[in-house]
Amino acid sequence: MRTTYAKAVGRALGEAMRADERVLVIGEDVSAGGPFTITSGLVEEFGADRVRDTPISEAAITGIAIGAAQSGLRPVLEIMYIDFLTLALDQLVNMAAKARFMSGGQLSVPMVLRTQGGAGQRAGAQHSQSLESWLCHVPGLKVVMPSRAVDAAGLLAAAIADPDPVVVVENKTLYFRAEEVPDVVAPAPIGRAAVLRPGRDATVVALSRMVHEALTAADELARDGIEVEVIDPRTLVPLDLDTIADSVARTNHLVVAHEAVGTGGFGAEVAAAVGHAAFDDLDAPVERVAAPFRPIPVSPGLEDAHLPGAAEVRAAVLTVLNRSVR
Amino acid sequence: MNAEQARSLLRTMWRIRAFEERVGRLKRSDEVHGLIHLSTGGEGVAAAVCGQLRDGDVVYSGHRAHGHVIAKGAPLPETMAELMGRAGGLCRGMGGSMHLVDVAHGMLGATGVVGGTVPAALGSALAARMRRESTEGEDTVSVVFFGDGAVQAGTFAESVNIAALWRLPVVLVCENNGFAEFTPRSAHTPVERVSDLVAPWGITAATVDGNDAVAVWEEFARLLAGVRAGDGPALLEALTHRLRGHYEGDPDRYRDAIATEEWQQRDPVLRLERTGIAHGWFDTDEAKAVREAAHAEVEDAVTWARESPWPTPELAASLVYGS
Repeated sequence: MRTTYAKAVGRALGEAMRADERVLVIGEDVSAGGPFTITSGLVEEFGADRVRDTPISEAAITGIAIGAAQSGLRPVLEIMYIDFLTLALDQLVNMAAKARFMSGGQLSVPMVLRTQGGAGQRAGAQHSQSLESWLCHVPGLKVVMPSRAVDAAGLLAAAIADPDPVVVVENKTLYFRAEEVPDVVAPAPIGRAAVLRPGRDATVVALSRMVHEALTAADELARDGIEVEVIDPRTLVPLDLDTIADSVARTNHLVVAHEAVGTGGFGAEVAAAVGHAAFDDLDAPVERVAAPFRPIPVSPGLEDAHLPGAAEVRAAVLTVLNRSVR
Repeated sequence: MNAEQARSLLRTMWRIRAFEERVGRLKRSDEVHGLIHLSTGGEGVAAAVCGQLRDGDVVYSGHRAHGHVIAKGAPLPETMAELMGRAGGLCRGMGGSMHLVDVAHGMLGATGVVGGTVPAALGSALAARMRRESTEGEDTVSVVFFGDGAVQAGTFAESVNIAALWRLPVVLVCENNGFAEFTPRSAHTPVERVSDLVAPWGITAATVDGNDAVAVWEEFARLLAGVRAGDGPALLEALTHRLRGHYEGDPDRYRDAIATEEWQQRDPVLRLERTGIAHGWFDTDEAKAVREAAHAEVEDAVTWARESPWPTPELAASLVYGS
């Protein structure tokens, strides 16, 4: 069916709640649908107990989701903007991520934390960030970052069924893209990348919005006879390094692309992991496409210039090919 | 309070006192590890609160949790082994002093970050409240212990609001020992009584002398009955004295030591002994037997824990994720 990323997420939530009465949605404005309409319609079907509006108390509602998960529920917590996750990090990092480990396996925290990041809406530096690499640095969390509607639904279903805390990082600029999605979406396995376009000349590993930019760049490069393989890792932790390394073994060139700043970004992790796993396969240094190391500007021209896109991916592919040692 | 309850209370308090004093010595001989925060002086609160809970009732705590864990029913050998970092510990040696968990007895978590477990207790209470809708007779409650320092953390204010808004079956138990780490309460807040803070939310609150275990028992019984009946959350503030420093090894130079004679009067364990003997709940010989049994049990726990193996790196690697 033709639908949107936003509707696919909402539908996946409804299906999970229908299938398992332990599933509940908690967050700010969830019964009203939230600013992106994701949870619209759920309260009418499932009631205010299971579609639970909360005060603007990110730390407490994250802790409540943790406690609820430890006492038999399957909470899906919404933190409206990933920028607000800063307020909940003690709960997520010190409590949720470590409960299983520090209790010697007595506890588990089967909760999902849905949030969204990304710039492009002139929302300024506190409503536009891409902070996923922070989360990837914390053992005990799983981190998924779907770029397509089908994966947003499939990964959410898998996350709800998962025994560990899973953070789902959606992207606000993708919510209203029209996409084709199967009528029945199977859970997408956590920890498996998707090869979205095959190619022989260079591999581009892109996250979230940058997947679509990479696909656009690949179309353009194909007109010049350059075939780019585009991989969406979908899951950042645990990372499907095998799929990426297998691709690099064939293409011998790697570009990593994300909207977050480069310094300490997830692209650095991919570059280092591939550098170790597939050093002999690389014909050129790995190129990173990322935002400049500064807060996201609010003024339209500055924000547009700040954000990496297809042009930057294309340039990076040409750079790795031109630097090729063979 | 009847004689049986009083004897049980005294037994739990002596077990905590003997355990904590032994842990203090083990810290000085480097047999227990990390940051050790003893609850000596607070035994009456832990024992009187947890003594009225069922295994299915949930308890969360903070960094000074040994007493709560013992009072909730955790076995002493496994608790001691956990403090020693051994594989036979409650958490297989992976939690340590500040992160004790004993799911079998409803002790679901403690944290080293002040105020961090208050919201989790609300989450557990939310699960219980949702079960109430569908389960006849379901009246499980959650209790969270925290110090007066945690009251100044944001999670406390956020949680008080939500607990009241959702009428959650949770009891907030503040052990107010007058010191947040090294600094007196007067330097942290102009509010003297924690129980005064929650009135606008309509939360039933009381302040009690935490050195008087019988008074804690009776006040908590009253609050617990309301929470079990579905009246919404309650807060109990127990005024206590932290006999030891913030942690073992703290030189404790920021306050004057309590005079021995004064402590003899206030000490909650000795006080319960005097009260119990006066009421005829037990006699001097029975009290002595309880004390000696507690010390013997702790020695046995130390022996058991010392023989417990160390956890392996393979165990640590296996506990990060469930799948």
